Amino acid sequence: MSNPYLTGNSAVPGGVGTGPASVLSPKGTNSANTTNQNDDDGRQGNALIHRNPRGKAVAKLGLGLIVPLALLAAWQLAAVVGLISPVTLPAPTAVFDAAVDLIQRGELRIHIAISTQRVVIGFLIGAIAGLVVGAFVGLSRWVDTLFSPTIGAIRAVPSLAWVPLLMLWVGIGEDSKVILISIGAFFPVFTTVAMALQHVDKNLVEAGRAFGLNGLKLFTTVQLPAVVPSVISGLRLALAQAWLFLVAAELLASSMGLGFLLTDSQNNGRVDRLLLAIVLLAILGKLTDAILGVFEKWAIRKWA
Amino acid sequence: MLLPGAMELYMSTVLRAHRTQAASTEGNQTLPLTFSSLTRSFGSGSEQHVVLRDVNLDVEAGEVLAIVGASGCGKSTLLRAAAGLDAPTSGAVLIDSTAVDGIDPRCAVAFQEPRLLPWLSLRDNIAIGLPRGTSSAAGKAKVEELLGLVELDGFAGHRPREVSGGMAQRASLARALARNPGVLLLDEPFGALDALTRLKMQDLLLRIHQTTPTTVLLVTHDVDEALQLADRVIVLAKEPDVQGATISRVLEVPGDRPRDRGSAELAALRSSLLSSLGVDSHQH
Ligand SMILES: Nc1ncnc2c1ncn2[C@@H]1O[C@H](COP(=O)(O)OP(=O)(O)OP(=O)(O)O)[C@@H](O)[C@H]1O
Ligand SMILES: [Mg+2]
Repeated sequence: MSNPYLTGNSAVPGGVGTGPASVLSPKGTNSANTTNQNDDDGRQGNALIHRNPRGKAVAKLGLGLIVPLALLAAWQLAAVVGLISPVTLPAPTAVFDAAVDLIQRGELRIHIAISTQRVVIGFLIGAIAGLVVGAFVGLSRWVDTLFSPTIGAIRAVPSLAWVPLLMLWVGIGEDSKVILISIGAFFPVFTTVAMALQHVDKNLVEAGRAFGLNGLKLFTTVQLPAVVPSVISGLRLALAQAWLFLVAAELLASSMGLGFLLTDSQNNGRVDRLLLAIVLLAILGKLTDAILGVFEKWAIRKWA
Repeated sequence: MLLPGAMELYMSTVLRAHRTQAASTEGNQTLPLTFSSLTRSFGSGSEQHVVLRDVNLDVEAGEVLAIVGASGCGKSTLLRAAAGLDAPTSGAVLIDSTAVDGIDPRCAVAFQEPRLLPWLSLRDNIAIGLPRGTSSAAGKAKVEELLGLVELDGFAGHRPREVSGGMAQRASLARALARNPGVLLLDEPFGALDALTRLKMQDLLLRIHQTTPTTVLLVTHDVDEALQLADRVIVLAKEPDVQGATISRVLEVPGDRPRDRGSAELAALRSSLLSSLGVDSHQH
């Protein structure tokens, strides 16, 4: 009866609720500067690393790899020495072998491709919807008053609660998964955009209006550029949510994808594949986030 | 020996032709402005407080009018009403005999803070001031001309935060000028500047007013600035026992600009203005 995945995932709604709000500073527009720079340079003043930007990046990457490599070594050592039984925790080499095996069968590529596809489509749909709805709520006090309570209530629903309904309405196919991921990606973008727009410097908006800007022109000239940095930090949160919801969706009902690989391996007692799926999720999540991170840096340079 | 005179005549004809052509292609000519029984109050019911009460004034086309008054007396409110950024509770602002209703394309404002868009270069910020429907070639030429006028040629590509406060103020002024306004509204445009930059900016404003005469309403808390720049100075002040400030004094400033900053006549006017503002001039 008890499904370990459901309990395991019950932390999700909380994450949805607290995540977006926490990146917002009251000033809104500047939040991206101060948050989300976890892999940025500004924090530590290591004289060695500071010489030139290129060497700095390389040195940082190298230093960042020390801990994972040490962990990997310790893990391998523990397995070789027989500290932990291979059934509980297979050695990294075993995980690697599992990967090679799945690659040769041609399955791994499919799992990765389908999961990535779901995340990308769901993320795009959710982010665009969040951008549009957030813009309306952020720009119009009327829309805000009318719709914010409702949206807030929908947001308060732990998102996995939608799953049964989605299954009934849309079926077990791709659509229900993509929709679930879209829901996950929607709220961080919606919240950041709406709040950032409400906090755009009133003086700048007034100046824009004083020079004859209004409507869409005012939005694209003043308001949108002012919120770009916060929007992008919202997008990064949304992407993280998208991966979270992907796994949730795939754990619950799928026959392909990394989430499926997780359940399937669990059912077959293949801990090596299970670990492989986890590692792959980490890598893919980090990789897609890094892409947005580059975009964010560029955007901050351009707009902040 | 007749040649120089003929040359002069020719040049002035050319210049006049150029001037009228410029005026016709660029739209706004300098316009007169009238405050007509303007009253503005905020809040309602018991919370209501009157800020401006029954302000009446005719400002001639091309005149420079300085507005002085104690802090919080409603100078900015008056200017905002003229710009159409704020609507009077009763009465009206007339520009060229038509009432201001909503943001008025015949006006341009330079705010107390530069209020430039931080993500745009100074050049692009100034271009925001261009009137709607300006062709891109004409717009470009105008912006370059203004950059030269406010001496920002070398910084056109810089972002606002990469330049000094004074430069940002100049860009803000240029943005207002780009609109080629019939009425130029300046709300303490030099308020945040150091004394030296301030004097330079005042000279700049005079030069601009000489080349393109436009009606200017200049809010300032600096009496010397008012006397240096304005044709007339009005003092906004509250009368005892009534809510709301109104024009308590209109002062014609004698002499052509630029005026001698040290002249005795101006010094007398200065202390007289200061006493209107409730300041004992001997202490200054
Ligand atoms: N939107 C508003 N709502 C309520 N009160 C306002 C509003 N705008 C201005 N006021 C009030 O109107 C009065 C005049 O304000 P205003 O900004 O015009 O003063 P000011 O003469 O420009 O002052 P300063 O020299 O300090 O800039 C102030 O008492 C202010 O509280
Ligand atoms: Mg003011």
